[in-house]
Amino acid sequence: MIPLTSSSARQFLGIGGLFVGLNSLTTTLCAARIGDITETVWQAQALRFLTLADPSVRFAVLGTVLLGIVCGLLGGFLVVRRMSLVGDALSHAVLPGVALGFLWNMEKDPVAIFIGATVAGLLGTGLVHLITRTTRLKEDAALGMILAGFFGAGLCLMSMFQRLPTGNKTGIDKFLFGQASAIGAEDIRLMTVVTVLVLGLICVGYKEFLLVSFDPGFSKVCALPTRWLQHGLMLLLTFSVVIALQAVGAVLVSAMLITPAATAYLLTDRMHRMLIYGTLIGMLSGVTGAFLSFLGTHLPTGPFMVLSASGFFVVAFFFAPNRGVIPRWWMARSQRIRIVRENTLKAVYQILENEEFRRESVSLRELAERRRLTFDEVFREVRSLISVNFATAVDDSVALTPSGWQRAASIVRNHRLWELYLTHAVQMAPDHVHDDAEKIEHVLGEDAVRQLERRLEFADRDPHGRPIPAVQAIHGHPNGSREKRVTGYGKSS
Amino acid sequence: MSFIPHFSVHQVFIAPWTTDISSYGWIMLMTFLVGAACGLVGNYLILRRMALMGDAISHSVLPGIVVAFLVTGSRGTVPMFAGAVAAAVLTTVLIEVIHRHSVIKQDAAIGIAFSSLFALGVILIAVFADTVDLDQDCVLNGELPLIAVSPPMTLAGMTLGPPAVVRMGCVLFFSCGLILLFYKELLLSSFDPALASAMGLRSGWIHQLLMIWLSITVVSAFEAVGSILVIAMLILPGATAALISDRLVVRLGWSLVHAALSAVLGLHLSIGLDCSPSGAAVVAGSFLFGVAWVFGPQDGLVSRWWSRKEGRTETLV
Repeated sequence: MIPLTSSSARQFLGIGGLFVGLNSLTTTLCAARIGDITETVWQAQALRFLTLADPSVRFAVLGTVLLGIVCGLLGGFLVVRRMSLVGDALSHAVLPGVALGFLWNMEKDPVAIFIGATVAGLLGTGLVHLITRTTRLKEDAALGMILAGFFGAGLCLMSMFQRLPTGNKTGIDKFLFGQASAIGAEDIRLMTVVTVLVLGLICVGYKEFLLVSFDPGFSKVCALPTRWLQHGLMLLLTFSVVIALQAVGAVLVSAMLITPAATAYLLTDRMHRMLIYGTLIGMLSGVTGAFLSFLGTHLPTGPFMVLSASGFFVVAFFFAPNRGVIPRWWMARSQRIRIVRENTLKAVYQILENEEFRRESVSLRELAERRRLTFDEVFREVRSLISVNFATAVDDSVALTPSGWQRAASIVRNHRLWELYLTHAVQMAPDHVHDDAEKIEHVLGEDAVRQLERRLEFADRDPHGRPIPAVQAIHGHPNGSREKRVTGYGKSS
Repeated sequence: MSFIPHFSVHQVFIAPWTTDISSYGWIMLMTFLVGAACGLVGNYLILRRMALMGDAISHSVLPGIVVAFLVTGSRGTVPMFAGAVAAAVLTTVLIEVIHRHSVIKQDAAIGIAFSSLFALGVILIAVFADTVDLDQDCVLNGELPLIAVSPPMTLAGMTLGPPAVVRMGCVLFFSCGLILLFYKELLLSSFDPALASAMGLRSGWIHQLLMIWLSITVVSAFEAVGSILVIAMLILPGATAALISDRLVVRLGWSLVHAALSAVLGLHLSIGLDCSPSGAAVVAGSFLFGVAWVFGPQDGLVSRWWSRKEGRTETLV
């Protein structure tokens, strides 16, 4: 803004003048409605915030909660439809509308700003649509252009305001980076109306919006007014951007749409849960951001909200059950360990099988030869077996415990059943099936094995002529009770 | 003082070219240089459908600049560049990491990465306000008017001009050199990455090269003209040129023309309305895009309407 860079700033020409004396900035930034604060001790500020002592704090908290709800809810629809950057373009495109809303009667009139911004936002998204439809330009270029063009126009208008004698008092500069403390009673009223409207519409039309978002083709077939629903969603989205504008700022509103919803996306697969989580996370990051920005004197609210949302995202990114990086790494690791163990068990089984189970134990050397590993590696594998009670070792010979035998037999059984299945049911050549079975043996569940058994009529020989071992109760020796053998999980032969 | 200032032909159209050329000339030249350098790299971004990467990077260099300043305590060009390029690389890495290691799609990943970094930058500025001497609003608007009054740079006794202009000129020169040297490679890998890989081009390297080129351009422009002009100029010249021609060389040429025209028009607009010159240049550039959209030879609305009309008469006959 031009007034911000006046007077002493001119001497401060660093690189091309981006660096400007801050003395003029500080005066403008604290000229918020909360500007009557004199204490800057952060403990006192925190206390003021937590006790909700004065109305401006209450308004700020209420406002950020409302915008968090609306943005988190509607952002969900953007994120699942891969339209996140539409939110970005939309949030920049509303700026000229905000400026024109100010122009209406030269003061901060929430309703005029709301109308102006909504019109500008809709115009922007309409233009994006028109550009992608009538030219060869792709959506990314169209979004970027509308974003920059509208925002540039908005900056022009705003710099013209700043020139006016009343310009500095209007607080229009708060719309760039956001100041929750500038939210007043009238803003709250408007935000409440919008929030109730959005919540109501989404609750009533949840099924329809869901269908339109995930499968527009099918929704057309269902004779839903697909076009209108999409436009309606866009309109609600514009509303949410506009009410968030004052607290978050035009530059960063898109983050409040994207980040909470993306965080929720990491936590669940179901749309309704995702919307609820997104709403909660949006609310939480709103309040956290407002709180943090209250601790200092000249801190803008928007960036803090965005950073808190990003913080939630980072936590979910690493720790989300099932989808987080660390749980997935842990699952992959335990699976890898399990597969190695099962391969070792299988090797022990096969060595003993080759000698028709005349012995109880195998030596480490034999195992190393069979597994084609070094002595040390096999030693480590055996230790891992012992740690879960699958084997015992005396000197350098390894014997399986009953549970080890059972697991070994079931793995060999899975392998051979699968080979049999591939040769019989899928008609693959017997010499092509081993590699497949080698992978699938570790992941076949009990259900799948039962189905295979039934399908293969409880066969007891694999395509290479080796016996398919039984699973249950092989105490120490698979040969021991050959006659009363149980063939599988279900049926005894 | 009214909202729209009094219009005088002399002040708006004649003075900038005659009496005030010494200050407005530099502004015009700077806007052109920024538009040209950004437009050249922007053509490739548009071809590769990475237009919004430019947006992301020009936002996220901010914390890099601030951190570089806080660490070194100097406003020298080298630490600023290092910080900004590091931040740009960090952005691309973050986007890749989020995109690869989770269910989040690339668009959301871009949105999350750049907004977090930008927010971090703004907060750093606000928290270290006393030491940083950076202004949040200048990040968007830049300080074009101050260019002309900054002390000129001298090299070996020759007075070259304001340092920002000289630096931007170097970047433009570098961009032209890069395009001349690697025209073929860039073209092939943009249009047909599969063929490029099959012919032994390292498309990963070319991608990285493009990213570094982009961040150097963004950084040197951003310091002087603000992020919004940079974002606009990364897309507008290339997009306008794309509506005029199919051939890349011709497009590159037209994007230079677009940069020059929007610099001149933008300056007149900003004097006429007495508003931010960066914003005015963006508005002028958007206007030029609109002109190309309406009157363009292939995709233009008029020519489409015309050919549809022709088609209709033919079927009638």
